[in-house]
Amino acid sequence: MIKTLWQGMKRRYRRYTFLAPLIVVLEVLMDVSIPYVMSLLINNGIGKGDIGYVLRYGLLMVGLSIVSLLFGILSVRLGTMAGTGFSKGVRERLFHKVQDFSFASADRFSIASLVTRLTTDVGNVEMAFTMCLRMLVRSPVMLVSATAMALFMNARLAAVFLLAIPLIGFSFFYIILRAYPLFQQMLERMDGLNGRVQENLNAIRVVKALVREDYEIERFEQQAQDLKEAQIRAERLLIWNQPVMNLAMYACMIAISWFGGILIVQGQMETGDLMSFISYVTQILMSLMMLSRIFIVLITSRASAMRIVEVLDTPVDLNDDAADPALAPQDGSIVFEGVGFGYYGEERLILNDINLSIRAGETVGIIGGTGSAKSTLVQLIPRLYDVQRGRVLVGGHDVRDYKFETLRGAVAMVLQKNVLFSGSVRENLRWGNEQATDEELEAACRAAQAHDFVTELPQGYDTELGQGGVNLSGGQRQRLCIARALLCKPKILILDDSTSAVDTLTDSRLRAALSERHQGVTTLIIAQRISSLTNADRIVVMEGGRIEAVGTHEQLLESSAIYREVYETQLKGVA
Amino acid sequence: MSNTSQSRTPPRGPGGPGHGGPGGMFAASGRPKRTKETVLRILSYMGEFKGRLLLVGLLLVVSTLTTLVRTYSLKPLINNHIVPFIGSRDPDLSGLTRILLGLSVVYLIDVAAIYATNRIMLQVSNQTLHRIRCELFEKMERLPIRYFDTHSHGELMSLYSNDINTLRNLLSQGLIGFFSSGMVIVGVFFAMLSLNPLLTVLMLAMVLLMSKSVTWLSGHGRAGYRAQQKALGQVNGYIEELLEGQKVVKVFCYEQRAKEQFDQLNEQLRQAAVKANTFSGMLMPVTGSLSYINYAIIAIASSVMAIFGMVDLGTVAAFLQYSRAFSQPITQIAMQFATVLSALAGAERIFAAMDEPPEQDEGEVSLVTVRRGEGGRLQQTDRRTGLWAWRIPGAEGGEELREVRGDVVFKDVVFGYVPDKVVLNGISLYAKPGQKIALVGATGAGKTTITNLLNRFYDLPDGRILYDGIDINRIRKPDLRRSLSMVLQDTRLFTGSVMDNIRYGRLDASDQEVVEAAGLANADGFVQYLPEGYDTLLTADGGNLSQGQRQLLAIARAAVADPPVLVLDEATSSIDTRTEALIERGMDSLMAGRTTFVIAHRLSTVRNANAIIVLEQGEIIERGDHDELIAARGKYYQLYTGMFELE
Repeated sequence: MIKTLWQGMKRRYRRYTFLAPLIVVLEVLMDVSIPYVMSLLINNGIGKGDIGYVLRYGLLMVGLSIVSLLFGILSVRLGTMAGTGFSKGVRERLFHKVQDFSFASADRFSIASLVTRLTTDVGNVEMAFTMCLRMLVRSPVMLVSATAMALFMNARLAAVFLLAIPLIGFSFFYIILRAYPLFQQMLERMDGLNGRVQENLNAIRVVKALVREDYEIERFEQQAQDLKEAQIRAERLLIWNQPVMNLAMYACMIAISWFGGILIVQGQMETGDLMSFISYVTQILMSLMMLSRIFIVLITSRASAMRIVEVLDTPVDLNDDAADPALAPQDGSIVFEGVGFGYYGEERLILNDINLSIRAGETVGIIGGTGSAKSTLVQLIPRLYDVQRGRVLVGGHDVRDYKFETLRGAVAMVLQKNVLFSGSVRENLRWGNEQATDEELEAACRAAQAHDFVTELPQGYDTELGQGGVNLSGGQRQRLCIARALLCKPKILILDDSTSAVDTLTDSRLRAALSERHQGVTTLIIAQRISSLTNADRIVVMEGGRIEAVGTHEQLLESSAIYREVYETQLKGVA
Repeated sequence: MSNTSQSRTPPRGPGGPGHGGPGGMFAASGRPKRTKETVLRILSYMGEFKGRLLLVGLLLVVSTLTTLVRTYSLKPLINNHIVPFIGSRDPDLSGLTRILLGLSVVYLIDVAAIYATNRIMLQVSNQTLHRIRCELFEKMERLPIRYFDTHSHGELMSLYSNDINTLRNLLSQGLIGFFSSGMVIVGVFFAMLSLNPLLTVLMLAMVLLMSKSVTWLSGHGRAGYRAQQKALGQVNGYIEELLEGQKVVKVFCYEQRAKEQFDQLNEQLRQAAVKANTFSGMLMPVTGSLSYINYAIIAIASSVMAIFGMVDLGTVAAFLQYSRAFSQPITQIAMQFATVLSALAGAERIFAAMDEPPEQDEGEVSLVTVRRGEGGRLQQTDRRTGLWAWRIPGAEGGEELREVRGDVVFKDVVFGYVPDKVVLNGISLYAKPGQKIALVGATGAGKTTITNLLNRFYDLPDGRILYDGIDINRIRKPDLRRSLSMVLQDTRLFTGSVMDNIRYGRLDASDQEVVEAAGLANADGFVQYLPEGYDTLLTADGGNLSQGQRQLLAIARAAVADPPVLVLDEATSSIDTRTEALIERGMDSLMAGRTTFVIAHRLSTVRNANAIIVLEQGEIIERGDHDELIAARGKYYQLYTGMFELE
């Protein structure tokens, strides 16, 4: 896990990651030497009444502190560079990874969970990283060097806390080990509770319409109660840390005072030594305390780190490495050859035995029931998913032979669930073609029946959409999305139920404009309304993942029972 | 023999997501504006713990005293029991023993006090947070729809995920840390003064320098932190937007450009973070080193004074320890200050959300189940009878039971979501009991708004909507909504089984009733094929059901509710026409005898309505049944026959 996170770090930041702890070591050495100088000052300065000695050693202490200060500032600076560099790297790799995800991988993680991983989880891991960089080095070094100093000053007295350290270490370890699963449980419950809030926000209209406020409040309180209990259970163990550590420290103090006092009285030790000994005990136990806190941070960030690594470790299952960069589709013909496809592997195919050949420039309508895999079928054309069986040909070549850029540049698709981005109308349209001129933009919008409403917006094509901008109606959004796709000047245009929120009249105008201006473009239209397909050259009727019938409107009325049924239900009652 | 003052902070529990955040100790997002009121209000949630908090206060006093005593004891220990016996052949160790035994008792008291404080605060802080969390949720559920229109979900979510967690830091450590640090500072100050006033003055000068540098660093840190928060907001916003639109990115091959834009924002964030974290990170080493410098200077001064016989060795030892004990709480307050500020700012946001006015309900008419007694008179009953009545309180304390028939009248309704933009302009319409009324029109014509007014998601200033002759403003909101069953355009399901989701319409429905309702909506078929049938778990935004299947479940949910009036807002828009034809009979039986409002794009669904109302830009332009409107050759005719236009 650490390896995966580490791998993506840029060399520059790696350097900081090594340097920062190094400087921390120097800083600690300064901190540890100060009590020793102090003891010399008291023993030799006060003891012998030598003011010169006092001043010399006093200034030495000040000097050491200043050096320690400088090292401290430097290590923080380096640590910050390393920490921010680290999180930048992680965030960047995550984002790039997600960009490379196929539809299938993106489906597997939900969007919301990917967003949390890129934001909150990265933040948690960064905090743990920066803290470790400083404390995980500082504490052990402090522990070892302070112990060494104490041993050097008086080995017999130092034995007192050499005894205490393993005891304390053991009890901290024990507490943390026991607390770990409890923390896991608490974090899970916290996620659950946040999930419930999110769900309620999304469904607030349903909750209110069905008068379920009290029910939801009751369920929330139950869940919050569970969380509270888990929290108390987890923390109840941790609150032992501090008393245990204080108890150990105090026991050491008493022992040191007792033995130290006797040693001083016996003339085997000096008063200054006793005072610096006490400082060392404090430093050592504080660093142990710090270590136990770091472990808590590590525990809580571990879940975050794992969630990040999970994304990073997901193999990119769709790539164009084997493709020929020079190959471009010659025309807009499409052929499905014995295609079988399933989202969950071969056992659960949702498309079966698809054989279909579409000529360049043809307009084909696709109609079929809920769950008949119409959308799935067309998503294979720009290779948003790979087929499990058979192959899909565009312009005479297997889609897997093209680079994504070339293929998807030739196939424009308007998705069922479409999205506009924050930015102006113009910027959004330019997604289709960055170099599009204003005339081209306008022409595309006219064809998509969007020009009229766009010009009525406060700033026309420069109106900001989304956050803080204008909110468009569903139908208006759909029309802009179609315009955006038209700007690609595609060889193949796929409309996946993209006019469902557009009223019938506008819809028919749109189709008229399309067939007029984009002759030669192969057009696939998925629709619920047969009326949307009346200008199609052929209509494909899908049922349960298979092609049930293909033909013109008239042929299908003859041959396909399903088509006839659909037609009749939609037509019933028209005078 | 003392140590530096203990950090009196219980171990920091993980705050979960957002805890501390990358801002570290400067997590002061925004400044609290009404500090005093906010603090008082937080304390008011702890009201039930008054006794325990008092005890904690006492324990803190005890702890502070033990800190003072054990440091002070250094002086007699060294002066009276060690120094006089140095080099003596037969030292009297009884004094040393006595003091150390006394100290042991003091230490034990201290440890017990620490544990007790932590234990009490564990309960207090968790219970307080629990109460705030629950109250926040309860208040949120009762807010009007309008509030959710104007506040993003992210904004509300962050109250739970971020603000409550920073508040948690304040309650579990900040509060106690603040009090105990303050007490230690005051106590140590007087102890030092009693040991040696001259050294105390010197000490104060050093402390002044220290606090100056702390203030300077904190100031820069906060400014940097604000810049960092802004950059972080931009990066996170970009992430959210691009991931939401991930499929579009793919389709347009926008990946490379997205990566470039992201890298740019990410680098900006890094630079801002470097600035913010450098300052905030420096706080600890700077105050640490300054306190060493302070220590050294005190050591020089006191040693010189000792050499001139102005102080004794014991005083030097005790004073030096005090100097450490004095600077540590100052550092601690400095470091916690930002945490406290951000917690208060968070608490302010939480309280602001709680203080939003909830949905007003001045209704007095309630919905009751009734049965027909002798002579056809209505009698209230607790059983489900399928018969409903309004209980209308009369003028003189009496009450009237009026059967719910579903007679709805809109009279000259004018409405806009925002003051200067009228959405409905003088709408008048009526639905006779049991009629099916269809609302037809282009997007934005105001169809959904009509249903939103009917169930009072939005309030009309004056009631011009009558329901069985009762002004809907007089009807209690929950009862009004219970009498209407809505299937909304945006079908939302909840985490839980299919069974639970359908039962959401009526919580006391039996399994049998749920399955029947599913059958009515023709959802039974596909549910059978789910891995675990009705026990299959659904996720809230889960992609495991198609939009059409979700609509079928939503219809089943409405069917199980079995209300007097139905509102179907594009309830079948994602269901293909064939399946729709299949559920038509189910829908017909659902609608039988009920007043039903139907909104649909697909005009085939509204053909058999008793009345079709055609809306355009907030006004009714046509009304009539299908045949009449077709005959009239108006807008409806155009819309309806739009499908043949191109033939």
